[in-house]
Amino acid sequence: MNPFRRCPTTGLDVHKDADALIKANAVAATVALLIGGVTAVLVLLTRWQAVHLLSDVWFYRILTVHGMNMLIFFILFFEMAVLYFASAVLLNSRVAAPKTGWVAFALMLAGAAMVEWAMFTGRADVLFTSYVPLKAHWSFYLGVILFAVGAIFVTTIFFATLVVAKREKTYSGSVPLVTFGAMTAAIIAAITLLHGAAIYIPTFLWSLGIMEVDPQVYRLVWWGLGHSSQQINVAAMVAIWYLLGGLTVGAVVVNEKISRTAFVLYILFISMASAHHLLVDPGFGPSWKIVNTSYFMYMAVLASMLHGFTVPAGVELGMRLRGFTQGLFGWLRRAPWHDPGFSALCLSVVVFGFVGGITGVTFGTEQINIIAHNTLRIPGHFHATVVSGTAMAFMGVTYYVIPLIFRKKIAFYGLAKWQPWVFSAGMLVFSMAMTFAGTFGVPRRHWDVTFSGAPFGVEYSAAVDLLFAVMAAGGLVAAVGGAMYIVVTVSSVFFGKPLGDETTESALAGAVPPGLYTRPFTELPARTPKLKEHGKLGTMPGTMILVGVFLLAFVVYYFANWKLLSAMWQIG
Amino acid sequence: MYQTGMTPPQGVWWKPAHKSEKVWATVAFVWCMVLFAMMPVWHLRGGQNPSGIRAKVDPTAFQARVQEFIRDYQVGTDNGFPVVAPPPGSDVYMIGQMWAWLPVLQLEKDVEYTLHLSSLDVNHGFNLYPFNVNFQVVPGYDYGLRIVPTEAGEYGVVCNEFCGVGHHLMVGKVIVTDSETNVASRPAAGAEGGAR
Repeated sequence: MNPFRRCPTTGLDVHKDADALIKANAVAATVALLIGGVTAVLVLLTRWQAVHLLSDVWFYRILTVHGMNMLIFFILFFEMAVLYFASAVLLNSRVAAPKTGWVAFALMLAGAAMVEWAMFTGRADVLFTSYVPLKAHWSFYLGVILFAVGAIFVTTIFFATLVVAKREKTYSGSVPLVTFGAMTAAIIAAITLLHGAAIYIPTFLWSLGIMEVDPQVYRLVWWGLGHSSQQINVAAMVAIWYLLGGLTVGAVVVNEKISRTAFVLYILFISMASAHHLLVDPGFGPSWKIVNTSYFMYMAVLASMLHGFTVPAGVELGMRLRGFTQGLFGWLRRAPWHDPGFSALCLSVVVFGFVGGITGVTFGTEQINIIAHNTLRIPGHFHATVVSGTAMAFMGVTYYVIPLIFRKKIAFYGLAKWQPWVFSAGMLVFSMAMTFAGTFGVPRRHWDVTFSGAPFGVEYSAAVDLLFAVMAAGGLVAAVGGAMYIVVTVSSVFFGKPLGDETTESALAGAVPPGLYTRPFTELPARTPKLKEHGKLGTMPGTMILVGVFLLAFVVYYFANWKLLSAMWQIG
Repeated sequence: MYQTGMTPPQGVWWKPAHKSEKVWATVAFVWCMVLFAMMPVWHLRGGQNPSGIRAKVDPTAFQARVQEFIRDYQVGTDNGFPVVAPPPGSDVYMIGQMWAWLPVLQLEKDVEYTLHLSSLDVNHGFNLYPFNVNFQVVPGYDYGLRIVPTEAGEYGVVCNEFCGVGHHLMVGKVIVTDSETNVASRPAAGAEGGAR
């Protein structure tokens, strides 16, 4: 039996094992997303003091469940699917070790189930970070270890598949940029998972009473896992940006060198960036903090700023090459905004950059961290990066994965078209309201900020109540967007109509995203037309203006925070 | 010529960048260097830095030091918590434990103190209300921060690191008095022991 099938849309030979492994991991990711989403609403309705739904015990428990499911299980299962896709599918290759792939999947599933059990039975009320010496049941740590071992297996299979594809000459030239980006994510994943082993194995032994773990050393090494794992997300997300640009509008790679160098900067400098979680910790001196969080981290920031240019520039150039040359923004006006893959791409880039990126770099400044650490500003920041950025991009690409890999039509396609807008708008309002509430000092991870029952009263300004209401409204809209995603994906995958081998617009319109029948990724103009120079703005003037606006917002927010800091008590 | 990110590039792809890309890369790099420079500059010119005096400390030894500090300078109680008015310019202590901050500090405006923070049990977070000043409080580590309270008033100390199910009950207090009014209300010189 032929282990491959020929994809009628892309012409790629798809290994059936890759198909099956992608499907399994994507389904597991969606289950984790569902648990994470339901718990998100419970957390939201508790932090909104006007409702204050859960009891204290259940709030901290459910918050732990929300963090683990979203940041570990959903994201990593999805990334495993991305690794199989970017290696085997994009390179026309077989998966190097499919049986090991299934063992890895089983390990990850078993680890996740063990962690869920520990959390739901109240054996691990330690939150996502599980800072020692707050102790959970040993099964919590063991579950995380099993899950991480499974992820290491998949990462290894990814590299092995690259070798197999090269040796079996399933493609010619260099690996595509999307695969290169996924490779970056895999390398960072290897670094991250080693940190994970270095901290969770001792902590597991500590939970059994066998060894001691220093609380400050735990924080240092744990963040080598905790933050670097977010860098896997960033690298995977940027790879998806390039993929979605290609699939939806035939975005081109403006310059392979720049984009690939930016990915390499992630690998070289991102690990040190995790030190920005320790800026107001007692265990480290100022020079250590400055070197690790600024000088090195900013090289990773530079990488993100480069991608923030090259991704929209690729879209602009791709559109201009196809004749959408009107004015500065004609390419953007006439882009397929009704394509959920394209709208998800744009919303992901914009919210990740403007809200997540700017706040993240600002809060990660040694001194500014004094007015941000452990306040609501932090979850406000990372919901804009990992949810509005990474999760949004992953959702967008799902609308292409369902027809391409699952070979199903999108059920409720009308709903799918609106989903990125609803989800992203909700998350934007939610994370901005949270960030502003944090500037009043409102703590994160806190059951009751009215402090009833506490020995001394603390009463936040009335603006905080208003911001909580706005946060709740945004959060609930985002939850609706998340539910729309789950309804569409689950209905399509389990009850959807098979796609068949049709590739024409008349057969597919209204059932799949338009990129799949207009196929801009294969229909590039044979000869490059002469591009018009727009004075100093060059051949990609729209993008130049957009990044200029971005830089301006960055500068204003950054220095406003220094101003805010200077009004505090003197501290040294 | 151009291709998408899904296609393997053929031949040498290390080619000169587009002019627009060069411009943006230069601007972004310069901005990153500004971000870098701001931190050392603030150490030299700014008033808020998280440097402090840092040392390892045995949690029970730190607790004993706090108890001694309370004994020496207690001036009263507030809601059952000892209120401590240490001499201006001295080392002052606050310990976090499940789920309280001890003691209540009474400080003078515009005077420098060295505030030692540590924890008896798990991680806690020091958050000063209504100012938004935050520090991590780690068991086994003494974080000695030189502080100058710049405004008189009553401040809350909220715990902002999850420390168990009573986390939200953990609120402490700092009172900052104007130096003049404080001179009158303070015990006479030589009797700084207060309610010893």
